[in-house]
Amino acid sequence: MAMTEQRVSYTLDSSLETIDNAEEKATIIANELGFPEDEVMQISMAVREGAVNAVLHGNAYSPDKKVNLAFERIGDDLIITIRDQGSGMDLSKIPNPLAPENLLKTSGRGIFLMRSFMDVVEIRPSSTGTELKLIKHVHGSSAGGKEASQ
Amino acid sequence: MTMKVSSRQVDGVTIVDCSGRITLGEGSVILRDTVRDILAKGNKKIVLNLQNVNYIDSSGIGELVSAFTTTKNQGGELKLLNLTKKVNDLLQITKLYTVFDVKDDEAAAVKSFK
Repeated sequence: MAMTEQRVSYTLDSSLETIDNAEEKATIIANELGFPEDEVMQISMAVREGAVNAVLHGNAYSPDKKVNLAFERIGDDLIITIRDQGSGMDLSKIPNPLAPENLLKTSGRGIFLMRSFMDVVEIRPSSTGTELKLIKHVHGSSAGGKEASQ
Repeated sequence: MTMKVSSRQVDGVTIVDCSGRITLGEGSVILRDTVRDILAKGNKKIVLNLQNVNYIDSSGIGELVSAFTTTKNQGGELKLLNLTKKVNDLLQITKLYTVFDVKDDEAAAVKSFK
């Protein structure tokens, strides 16, 4: 995304390649927007986790279903939207990975990591898919991320 | 960069030198297969040297947990060695730093097995 553009979006297959692709795009765009190195890593990792959820849990690798990935710069915010075409995430089934009984589980940390790394994480499930919105303040402090990690 | 592993023996301990990325897909599978092969050969003292692992995602974290519990369930021990700052930070925020036995010196890691 050139710095002069405000929005760019991609329609991607439900494949492992899409996950790597989404991460790479996030890294490029975050670098272009001037985020410091550690925040670039956080943004790319959050996008990777969002793409994993969309490809695996949302679309279940279905070749008929697509993942829409959009990057948007509005004011001081980088807004990343990831939509899948699955049956909608059940938010009540997201465990707390920090609970002692969940510490040794081998999955269930993706959303937690997104919330740790981004200033805002919004998840909107519906019967036609889940929309994930990730926001990072371009000139934000790390305090926002900590608030969002709860 | 895909993940690469190589194993060596030091005083009865299997040290697995890992490099690259431990992520969903190939990286996680390589780690899983490597630990299973080591355990299948009867080696139950394992150190994962993560010095050259520059990236790990939630699937990779899950794979580390799986390797840890699989080894433990078979009467063995799996320890982590030489974490990069990124991996260290991830284990801190996921509270897994308290679960794993993390070392920063290979000789000390080898000696720490009973």
